[in-house]
Amino acid sequence: MDAFLSSLVSVAFHGVAYGMILYVISVGLSVTMGLMGFTNLAHGVFAMAGGYILVSSLANAVPFPIALAMSFLIVAAASVVLERLLYSRLYGAAELEQVLFTIGLIFMSVAVARLIFGTLQQPVILPDYLKGQFSLLGRDFPAYRVFLILFSSAMIAGLWFGVERTIWGAMVRAAVDNRPMAQSVGINTKRLFSITFAVGSGLAGLGGALGAEIVAIQPTYPFEQLVYFLIVVSVGGLGSLRGPFVAALLIGITDTACKYWVPQFGAFFIYVATIGLLLWRPAGLFGKRT
Amino acid sequence: MNITTSVSTGLAAAALLLALPAAAQTVKIGFISSYSGAAAAQGDQLDKGVKLYMKLNGDKLPPGVKVELITRDDTGPNPDVAKRIAQELIVRDKVDFLTGIVWTPNMAAIGPLTTEAKVPFVSMNAAGARIMVNAPYMARVSFTICQSAYPLGQWAAKVHKTAYTAVSDFAPGHEAEDCFSRGFKEGGGQIVGSVRVPLANPDFVPFMQRIKDAKPATIFGFNPAGKAATAMMKAYSDLGLDKAGIKYIGTGDIVTDEELQSMGDVALGVTTIHHYSAASDRPANRNFVAAYRKEFGENLTPGFMVVAAWDAMDAIYSVIREQGGKVNADKTMELLKKWRSTTSPRGTVAIDPETRDVINPEYLREVRKVGGRLANVEIETISLAIKDPLKEFDKKK
Repeated sequence: MDAFLSSLVSVAFHGVAYGMILYVISVGLSVTMGLMGFTNLAHGVFAMAGGYILVSSLANAVPFPIALAMSFLIVAAASVVLERLLYSRLYGAAELEQVLFTIGLIFMSVAVARLIFGTLQQPVILPDYLKGQFSLLGRDFPAYRVFLILFSSAMIAGLWFGVERTIWGAMVRAAVDNRPMAQSVGINTKRLFSITFAVGSGLAGLGGALGAEIVAIQPTYPFEQLVYFLIVVSVGGLGSLRGPFVAALLIGITDTACKYWVPQFGAFFIYVATIGLLLWRPAGLFGKRT
Repeated sequence: MNITTSVSTGLAAAALLLALPAAAQTVKIGFISSYSGAAAAQGDQLDKGVKLYMKLNGDKLPPGVKVELITRDDTGPNPDVAKRIAQELIVRDKVDFLTGIVWTPNMAAIGPLTTEAKVPFVSMNAAGARIMVNAPYMARVSFTICQSAYPLGQWAAKVHKTAYTAVSDFAPGHEAEDCFSRGFKEGGGQIVGSVRVPLANPDFVPFMQRIKDAKPATIFGFNPAGKAATAMMKAYSDLGLDKAGIKYIGTGDIVTDEELQSMGDVALGVTTIHHYSAASDRPANRNFVAAYRKEFGENLTPGFMVVAAWDAMDAIYSVIREQGGKVNADKTMELLKKWRSTTSPRGTVAIDPETRDVINPEYLREVRKVGGRLANVEIETISLAIKDPLKEFDKKK
């Protein structure tokens, strides 16, 4: 019984940690796709860029917190250029055009990343205080995953506050729901979308950086992780920030439990769960639009 | 036309005819590797091995014989593409040899072509155990997984009583699990559990937690080199299995020399058996590594694929030499079956005349830090010449 209880604790912890990983690498997409309604399949490109920034900074002895901040800021700044030059032209376009455009962007970024960094994965050199394990009640918990849970909790709180409780959030929600109306009451939607896109991309960069220790950064990252981003956002539901968070936790915990107790089904459980959830609620758990 | 010119043309023609066999003998080698797609890293290794060999040994041919390399990209594990370009190389370019190939399914796909067209093929990597049984024009100088997994099982049984196997869920993983377990059980060890992990798997922690709770003495891990192998080792050390006294062992595939630096310290202490380590201090290997670094960069380390490409070219060059540049497929196969090199970076390597598969030396190694860099340090020679155990098992059946 004791053994079972302690394995339950492990599964809960690792499930939450895995859910947080899924969440941090997808959070940016829940802003650009979930809030702004732009089908940005190139989300992984921003995440990968963030990851590379973190990895290169750490390799050059930049302290970990500064490297994290840099991955957010540099990716956000670069995304403004991309948004003004490319993305903004497709805001009103059909989804297929957005998909084609962003897939093309992925191909280009994969080639560029391979040219600059080569094909091998990049090692993440963590500071000593994030290595090793915490011992609690006779179980060991990996320090980095504890940090990840705490950090993402703070991030989701901040994001939720920003969207639900600030004037910026209110303007974004208004502009997404009805852009002409928002413009006519004097909201500069162009600037607003630029800022929102930058925040979303910056979060993607931060997510890629935070997840780099677990989800290896290499040139094919945007393709390989795409399915996980999309699962989190579609199960969570578009137009919601809470949705992807709940979805990531749900998938993380059930996937971990399944791999721990019935590992022979480990590979496809995540997909079965996604299909089941989407059959039950086609718009996602908290989806507003159908 | 006056007489002098016609005589001189005749003389020139005669001279040309006499010179022909020596001057214009070009042997064409079709080289198929993976340059694009997710596997570009492996394809690159083969490419470097071939280029390095040709650069340093290009002159070791009979006078007048030239080698022409025709390179093609099979874009990754795509048997249909591999088959198509092999066909083009055979029919259009009329190659005398085929070589290269990273992927087992690709090698299986071109097997029937080599038989039908009688074009000898030398595998530089693809390691699937039974592909060559029905392909008499195929030979291999790379390795088979069982060659290292089986002796590892035997060795591990002497050191540990219990083992847990954790392999990626694909054909080579199953082969590794099978061969390791066989060796381990024969040596008196007990397999307390096995788990097959998905190939595309971002998080190995649940599997490792399960293994930790089962308290085996050792874990046998097998994943494709690179991020999957690294991620599994990370989960192992994140959960403190190393501190719980559980040893991590595997075949050399999980700590390839070219990936080792980017895996980081998590690989320290991992014990493996394999046929090649760049850290080995055999003189032939030291020269090889030095030449590789000089050619491609001081920070790079050649892995076993570079060595296999090197040895494949060595085998091809030696059969070209022995036939004086006029290659005949059946004669080539006869010579390939006798091929043996004592100057390979991996030590002594040969082709088994019976199966046309490679006979490799196998070494026990441990990942340690040497001069600030991670290296697979060879501790012990397990065997100087081991045939593929799977085929030996097949015979006993």
